[in-house]
Amino acid sequence: MMPQSPPSISSHALLEVDNLVVEYPVGSRVVHAVSGVSLQIARGETLGLVGESGCGKSTLGRAVLQLRRPTGGRVLFDGHDLTTMQGDALRLMRRRVQLIFQDPIASLNPRRKIGDIVAEPLVIAGVKDPDKRKQLVHEVLSAVGLDPTLVVGRLPHEFSGGQCQRICIARALILNPEFIVCDEPVSALDVSIRAQILNLLEEMKARFGLTLLFIAHDLAVVKAVSDRVAVMYLGRLCEVGPSEQLFARPAHPYTALLIEAIPMPDPDVRPAETVPVGEPPSPIAPPSGCRFRTRCPRADQRCSDEVPELRAVAPGQFVACHHPLI
Amino acid sequence: MNGNYLLSVEDVVVDLPTPRGNLRAVDHVDLTVGAGRTLGIVGESGCGKTMLSRAVLQLLPKKAKLSGRVMFDGQDLLQLPPEKLRKLRGRSLAVVFQDPMTSLNPVLTIGTQLIETLQEHLELDDAAATRRSVELLAAVGIPAPEQRLAQYPHQLSGGMRQRVAIAIALSCEPKLLIADEPTTALDVTIQAQILDLLAREQRRRHMAMIIITHDLGVVAGRTDEVAVMYAGRVVERAPTPALFKKMRMPYTEALLAALPKLDAAPHTPLPAISGRPPDPTRPLKGCSFSPRCRYAVARCQDEKPALEAAETKAHQFACFHPIEAHADANA
Ligand SMILES: Nc1ncnc2c1ncn2[C@@H]1O[C@H](COP(=O)(O)OP(=O)(O)OP(=O)(O)O)[C@@H](O)[C@H]1O
Ligand SMILES: Nc1ncnc2c1ncn2[C@@H]1O[C@H](COP(=O)(O)OP(=O)(O)OP(=O)(O)O)[C@@H](O)[C@H]1O
Ligand code: SF4
Ligand code: SF4
Ligand SMILES: [Mg+2]
Ligand SMILES: [Mg+2]
Repeated sequence: MMPQSPPSISSHALLEVDNLVVEYPVGSRVVHAVSGVSLQIARGETLGLVGESGCGKSTLGRAVLQLRRPTGGRVLFDGHDLTTMQGDALRLMRRRVQLIFQDPIASLNPRRKIGDIVAEPLVIAGVKDPDKRKQLVHEVLSAVGLDPTLVVGRLPHEFSGGQCQRICIARALILNPEFIVCDEPVSALDVSIRAQILNLLEEMKARFGLTLLFIAHDLAVVKAVSDRVAVMYLGRLCEVGPSEQLFARPAHPYTALLIEAIPMPDPDVRPAETVPVGEPPSPIAPPSGCRFRTRCPRADQRCSDEVPELRAVAPGQFVACHHPLI
Repeated sequence: MNGNYLLSVEDVVVDLPTPRGNLRAVDHVDLTVGAGRTLGIVGESGCGKTMLSRAVLQLLPKKAKLSGRVMFDGQDLLQLPPEKLRKLRGRSLAVVFQDPMTSLNPVLTIGTQLIETLQEHLELDDAAATRRSVELLAAVGIPAPEQRLAQYPHQLSGGMRQRVAIAIALSCEPKLLIADEPTTALDVTIQAQILDLLAREQRRRHMAMIIITHDLGVVAGRTDEVAVMYAGRVVERAPTPALFKKMRMPYTEALLAALPKLDAAPHTPLPAISGRPPDPTRPLKGCSFSPRCRYAVARCQDEKPALEAAETKAHQFACFHPIEAHADANA
């Protein structure tokens, strides 16, 4: 039997997710949103997480932060198992981890002033001194490139999508966290603003020594910021590896398909017309064996009989496939 | 000038009254699309792409003021009575929106919506219209099309809904299809499928198409010509290969540079365009891009550059200091 998860780098891992399972009951049935995912993120590293809509990226991110309690598995943060943590211990741990959402405008309370929104985590964390709070709010707003004196008194609707995302990033940074889950932070922004926010995230990461789980469905965006990339399909990990290596030599047929589908800004590169028609199957009744087999050009009998386990194909690169491309 | 073109947009201006004052969403735009050709319109959010396409479709907000001329298939759309216009839309002029639910009716089945559209524009009996509907759903890659006729839009995924919207748009064999960000809400794999589908149907039907997007990657491989819009105006326009070979307008260059590149190493800072486009209710006297342009000089603040031809008549740009002049300075 192949090992369940890549050899542990946990001596340096800030986050270790071990065989995580998240299921949503719907009526009498169950959505298998995340089915046995294991991964590690080293301190100071950015792990990109890609996969198409509905494959379980947000569910995984939320379960890591215990915003949704997992059905099974463990989440070790700095050596502590978050899944068994309760009450004050969990609250204290939560200061060290934060979440940034896809829709910046919707994630800000429309009736509260920006100053109060950004200070809110401080209030919850029990920082009672208003002057201290004000000072921290000003510092963090300046750090994300906003003029504190101009923004603290205004309401979210007075800001553009890109500015709202800066405000969300400020709010996520104010407690000086170590780890941030960025759930599609730039998907709702257009090309030019997207570049501004990606640069800002990189700058903040360097300045505050952050570790990031960066979720997106745009591979070029993920590659721009990630040290390693994990590819997910219908609740399972397909492949994990160093970004450049994974893009240069994908081992999983699904990774290859995703890379092929990226529209290239070059008229000499004709778009590949080999993308298989068909949509992902329902996570309520996922296919047996390899979940990608209903769309995979390489599928055979073994793929429907046996679940492929994650195994090494190259240094640092792991794939869950019976017939990998390398 | 509309001689050989299926669509010609001439000096179109769209003004919208707002509480902050007049908002010029489209500012003196000229464009043409030949039969069977594909035009890509790119630009940042708010630059007027949708308003321009709505001006062509004559589907502007009620309070909007439109001037100029829109010639389509030999007719001046601004002079057409509403009844004729309605017939034209859906028959020879069709549209697909970013959100398929804009064009789908949530309380009617897919079948009813397809059949009604077909019967409104073509003389088909129920059996023929049903047969045609099944063919169309199959053509846009929907599995088990017969069963789908009885389903409602909410029972389909986003990608499937967009396929249905495309099937309806294609149902009466339009001469021009306007696709306004048809894939922005979809995943890369589904996006590629939908764009392939549009390209295939276009070739098969010899239909003209306008693809609106903010992603230069989407237009690169899939259009004959590109128009870049900024602050309501077309600022560069060229055959697609010419544009990518030699961009002249600093804004076009900046848009392309801001895209994350697959061949760049991780953590390479992106050359972002700083700031935002100007407030469209406070138009600038000079070039609208001047506050963000790294090549701007004093003249750019005082005068508006006109859209003029480069070496070839087909390649036009609106800039006092086109890229080439700076090639040395950049090296
Ligand atoms: N609260 C919920 N109840 C039931 N099912 C849910 C719930 N939240 C998510 N799901 C389902 O779980 C699966 C995974 O959803 P999730 O939101 O994690 O996907 P995602 O990869 O983040 O997708 P997207 O790219 O669209 O954000 C989907 O099939 C989704 O419909
Ligand atoms: N109904 C409306 N009333 C007033 N102003 C409007 C209305 N719709 C759009 N606008 C404004 O008109 C301008 C052009 O908008 P338009 O929707 O055409 O932009 P766009 O290029 O399609 O942007 P996006 O990429 O976000 O779709 C914007 O400044 C927008 O705020
Ligand atoms: S295990 Fe089989 S079906 Fe799954 S990706 Fe590999 S070859 Fe394809
Ligand atoms: S006219 Fe001037 S400001 Fe405008 S794009 Fe050209 S160089 Fe830049
Ligand atoms: Mg999500
Ligand atoms: Mg639009």
